[in-house]
Amino acid sequence: MALKIVKGSIDRMFDKNLQDLVRGIRNHKEDEAKYISTCIDEIKQELKQDNIAVKANAVCKLTYLQMLGYDVSWAAFNIVEVMSSSKFTYKRIGYLAASQCFHEGTDVIMLTTNQIRKDLSSPHQYDTGVALTGLSCFVTPDLARDLANDIMTLMSHTKPYIRKKAVLIMYKVFLKYPESLRPAFPRLKEKLEDPDPGVQSAAVNVICELARRNPKNYLSLAPLFFKLMTSSTNNWVLIKIIKLFGALTPLEPRLGKKMIEPLTNLIHSTSAMSLLYECVNTVIAVLISLSSGMPNHSASIQLCVQKLRILIEDSDQNLKYLGLLAMSKILKTHPKSVQSHKDLILQCLDDKDESIRLRALDLLYGMVSKKNLMEIVKKLMLHVDKAEGTTYRDELLTKIIDICSQSNYQYITNFEWYISILVELTRLEGTRHGHLIASQMLDVAIRVKAIRGFAVAQMATLLDNAHLLTGNTQRNGICEVLYAAAWICGEFSEHLEDPMQTLEAMLRPKVATLPGHIQAVYVQNAAKLFATVLRKHEGETDSHAAQETSQLLIDRLPLFVQSANLEVQERASCILQLVKYIQKLQQKKVEVAEEVTALFAGELNPVAPKAQKKVPVPEGLDLDAWINKPPSESESEDEKPKAVFAKEEPKHSRSRHTEVDEKELARRREARKQEQANNPFYIKASPSSQKVYDAPGVEHIPVVQIDLSVPLKVPGMPMSDQYLKLEEERRQKEKAERKKKEKKKKREKRGKERKADSGPESEEDITPAHQVDIVTEEMPENALPSDDDDKDPNDPHKALDIDLDKPLADSEKLPVRTHRPEVLKSPAEDRVNENIPQETKKRSGKETKEKKKGKEKDRKRSKEEKKKKKHKEVEEELLESQPEEAVQSEETKEAATPPTSTSAEASDLDFWLCSAPVPPAAQEETAPSSAAAVDTSSAAAPESEPDEPKDAEPEDTKSSKHKKKKQKKEKEEKEKKKKKRHHHHHHHHHHHHSDAGGEDSVQNGTVEEEEPLPPMSNYSLLAENSYIKMMKEDADQVYDIQGNHQDESKVVVSVIFENKSDSFLKSMEFNVLDSLNSKLQRPEGAGAHDSLTVPFQLPPGISNEARFVFSVQSIVMPQKLKGTLTFIVKSDESSTHEKLDFKLHFTCTSYLITTPCYSDAYAKLLESGDLKGSSLRLEGINMPFHHLLARICFHHHFSVVERIDSCASMYSRSIQGHHVCLLVKTSDQTVSIDAKCDEPSLLGNVLDEIKQTFSKC
Amino acid sequence: PIKHAEHFSNHLSNIQNTRTEDTEQQIIRETFHLVSKRDENICNFLEGGLLIGGSDNKLIYRHYATLYFVFCVDSSESELGILDLIQVLVETLDKCFENVCELDLIFHVDKVHNILAEMVMGGMVLETNMSEIITQVEAQGKMEKSEAGITGAPARAVSAVKNMNLPEMPKNINIGDISIKVPNLPSFK
Repeated sequence: MALKIVKGSIDRMFDKNLQDLVRGIRNHKEDEAKYISTCIDEIKQELKQDNIAVKANAVCKLTYLQMLGYDVSWAAFNIVEVMSSSKFTYKRIGYLAASQCFHEGTDVIMLTTNQIRKDLSSPHQYDTGVALTGLSCFVTPDLARDLANDIMTLMSHTKPYIRKKAVLIMYKVFLKYPESLRPAFPRLKEKLEDPDPGVQSAAVNVICELARRNPKNYLSLAPLFFKLMTSSTNNWVLIKIIKLFGALTPLEPRLGKKMIEPLTNLIHSTSAMSLLYECVNTVIAVLISLSSGMPNHSASIQLCVQKLRILIEDSDQNLKYLGLLAMSKILKTHPKSVQSHKDLILQCLDDKDESIRLRALDLLYGMVSKKNLMEIVKKLMLHVDKAEGTTYRDELLTKIIDICSQSNYQYITNFEWYISILVELTRLEGTRHGHLIASQMLDVAIRVKAIRGFAVAQMATLLDNAHLLTGNTQRNGICEVLYAAAWICGEFSEHLEDPMQTLEAMLRPKVATLPGHIQAVYVQNAAKLFATVLRKHEGETDSHAAQETSQLLIDRLPLFVQSANLEVQERASCILQLVKYIQKLQQKKVEVAEEVTALFAGELNPVAPKAQKKVPVPEGLDLDAWINKPPSESESEDEKPKAVFAKEEPKHSRSRHTEVDEKELARRREARKQEQANNPFYIKASPSSQKVYDAPGVEHIPVVQIDLSVPLKVPGMPMSDQYLKLEEERRQKEKAERKKKEKKKKREKRGKERKADSGPESEEDITPAHQVDIVTEEMPENALPSDDDDKDPNDPHKALDIDLDKPLADSEKLPVRTHRPEVLKSPAEDRVNENIPQETKKRSGKETKEKKKGKEKDRKRSKEEKKKKKHKEVEEELLESQPEEAVQSEETKEAATPPTSTSAEASDLDFWLCSAPVPPAAQEETAPSSAAAVDTSSAAAPESEPDEPKDAEPEDTKSSKHKKKKQKKEKEEKEKKKKKRHHHHHHHHHHHHSDAGGEDSVQNGTVEEEEPLPPMSNYSLLAENSYIKMMKEDADQVYDIQGNHQDESKVVVSVIFENKSDSFLKSMEFNVLDSLNSKLQRPEGAGAHDSLTVPFQLPPGISNEARFVFSVQSIVMPQKLKGTLTFIVKSDESSTHEKLDFKLHFTCTSYLITTPCYSDAYAKLLESGDLKGSSLRLEGINMPFHHLLARICFHHHFSVVERIDSCASMYSRSIQGHHVCLLVKTSDQTVSIDAKCDEPSLLGNVLDEIKQTFSKC
Repeated sequence: PIKHAEHFSNHLSNIQNTRTEDTEQQIIRETFHLVSKRDENICNFLEGGLLIGGSDNKLIYRHYATLYFVFCVDSSESELGILDLIQVLVETLDKCFENVCELDLIFHVDKVHNILAEMVMGGMVLETNMSEIITQVEAQGKMEKSEAGITGAPARAVSAVKNMNLPEMPKNINIGDISIKVPNLPSFK
């Protein structure tokens, strides 16, 4: 007692804590809602207090309530308060609450930025940790942008605990703020080799996740991951990496080849099932990506299948499930190897676990053949009977139909069998898939002409026994089958034996209980049958039968005329009047059959489902254009679209029918029960429910059977099993006959050669029971190829498709905290603005570049292939002879060479992929002609180090192991050299890539609205003669190295050399006569007039690009430099020395760099008054404004700051830091450009150049 | 990544994608419905329905006595790996709560959340090494205690008193065979 008092008083002093709340809720099971609402009131009181401890306690309780589903968003501000407490305990409560309750729409998130930043830089690691954890849950694009830089700093924190969290959260930041990916990526990559395994694993995690969505951007990391894979022992990391390789291999088959061996080793060696499973999965991915036909890969498949079999046979259901899952992947490409495990898979169909049964069903799909289809379907039919749940049974049903109908009924040899299967399926109770069966019936009947007679007979029986399908539950979807049955009977009524009887069956009063759309088909097809009957009896002297038919229709149709369904009513009344008229004619003995049949003349052809979509749009037809003026919005609101077409109507009426019928059914059931109760001798159902009509074949079916769930045997319907037997017999017979024939042949050929026994039946041996002509579905003429690439446009990962190998530009920096953070308001908007033209520019530029590159690549590839073929034999030999270990370690070492630069990596990858298994010695052995190919293909010039591999040759005598080591070293050296030399080259090479990537990343739909831009080329002809063509690229890659030389800038000119002749061009030397202002950069020690050697040779038809650096002092004036290219033309017979003169033109434009500028900065710049103005008028420009802008952007390196209608401000910066601002306005055909720049002569020249650009077009 | 982690009977849910409370509750109900009706000896994977975000997602669960631990993951996670992760989670809980029972988890939801936060962050696996997780959790617990200091003492006393009044709070409900073995799955440690 005393204790209670004490407790009570303390209770008042201390509020309820979380435990009390939980306890209270548990004790108030009956009035939980009420209890919680009082608790919430208490919490509201607590939140009003100043004491942070009380607040934190309240927030803690709210978090729990949120979990129970209560809205606590009203307390968001209090949560922020608790988050900002200096005590870790409360801070953690606050962050936990925030991570549970905050989402993108929570507006107080804006207030948290500074608090989070403070916590991130807290000296206590757990403050930082808690902030990171919380942030990972509620990060928004704004938070991501503002905090990206802080988080990036944390990636290099001294504590691994923080590092790993910072690394991991970067993924979320990338998703919300894609621009951060490129600046942060180098550091993320560094973390792959962090000494702490946790950090490393986090980095692997993040990169794998990124790469999974956009694998192509991460191919260059393959060597690094390969190294990790071979060195890591952490299974989590291994699994991630192996999964990643699974995603990469489809892009790079060579990678796959390289993977197989280490993966196979892992499969053999690992004891962890999870790792084994992922290895198998990736091997499968590799095998899928590699074209089959590689003999040594069948072993890998076998290994996989074997291992999977072990999994499937395991008693652990999880392994079984996964095994089946992986098996289905193999199935797609290597069905044969899976088919041999049919037994196992069929066994899984009996499993008690539904997930496993479903997986096994999936597999069956690919395992059927002509030979075993009937057998497998028979098994499935057995399962259908046994299945208890309707979902599983429905799944079975769809699978049966899928399996049978796959690839145009490829495996069906006997369509009579299939029809009977479909008919048997109609006896499934409560299935949702009536329409599926119906559409199959229709499809088969329409497309397989030979089967129509049989199908019609079956359908007629179905119609006759329709009450079996509809008898029990009206809701059951199986009555859809009657739709098909009625249509088939009507359409192909010429095959009917007794159309009169079918007609009678279709006009029974009970039909009126069917859904409207089915009734409509009934009525319409009754008319077709009527026509058939008339024709049958035409010419007979006794017209009694025909008249009887008319009378039947006239008697029965009024029922349908009263139908509530519009469609039924309309058709019925129309046909009724028609029949009445016909009856009149009949009475006058007029022959009408011909005319009536003509109503339904013509054959329907199957049309492919996509046919409509594929009809090409005629030229000049704009489907999106309004035909009339768009209706005003108010109008559309008032007028709700009415359901005019049948589709919605039947549903409506169906549900009504159901209702009526259910009542009716209930009533009947009641009546029957009573009767049964009254009749002690009850055996059969009461005649009252046996119905008024007495169709033949119905009486002897005891009605009681309807209530059984056991599938019924419909009398007069063949069972599919019979077909199975028949088929087997037939096959046996055929086989026997064949054997006979063969024997005959053998007898004839006796003595010549012994033919092997035909052995087990092969696919081809099985001939279809009857020759079937499967009518293919019609497609419109010149149908468009399908290009349905449905990617989710909302996928956040789309924005992360960013090239990561491109070097970082100045402008790409993570936003750093500034004193006035509100300046940052613009980027989101500005980005859009400034990107429009830039993007277009890049795109068109890219196009041309890509084209060129594409060509080059194609050539390279073909060369490479040739080379590969040559190497292949050698390679294979070597591969066999080399111990596995050596290969692996070699690769690891290779990968270990620290990546000197991101840009060099793509070529590294090529090198890593293509040449790794081939020691240089092997390369040497090949013909010298291929050496040239190597040069151009890898853009590396191993030519210049011929002495190294040669050195290796005499050492052949040494032990092979030793030799290999040495080769390895050499290769490394070679690679390093190559990297160094071609770093520069690739630097630019990747510029193209990055353009593409950058463009993808910012595509936001704004450009698409405008007309596409005409292609623009950045390359201009420099000089040309019969041997060689030189193209100069407008110095797009101008770059400056500020710092060392204040007044001297460097310009890179890239020149494409194309060999136009049939001869080999070599020893190309490039020289330019320097001017005072501009000088060609020559290697140290070279004289001022020495020429530069072009670092490649050109085989016939090949082009390659070289870059030359010039140093320029003053950039305010355009320059012209005279130059000469000398080269040796080497043909089979002779070699001559040739030269080509050219003039290099440095425009002022070429000194400008495309630099984005935010509108606020731009405004400030203009206000500063440092700039001097000038202007330009262009007349007669009739191109769209955005084309005009794009041209200026493209040719003159400007970027658009802002664009308002027909007015745009543009900005560019010279390599020496001059600002150039343009204001472009257009009206009619006049374009006026007002320009400002801090260097008037530069501006004048630039404007002149712009003028020239537009005078050309 | 991991979309959400839940465990039932005490209703801890940790949903990584932000959704409204209603959908959250719906997901939990649906998941519970799906998982709880499954037999004991069938596989621990459930293929994704619409509610859990489509076919790429899977429910992976483990069942310990009255507790279900359910993770919803997409195809980037290894199925068996997640099963292992759940095992690590349960073992960690067992260590942190000293022989964990269902009521521990019910009354200390916040603590469970904090432990989970050391393992999974923003839907990505952060740490799988149990001793590392426990070290971090304990260090934070210690910090909490030192902060509470003298002021925390009365509160502790109060809750001790409250608990005295609750004979029905058994400490020794074992969650059954906590070391259910994952067959053939050697440790990730």
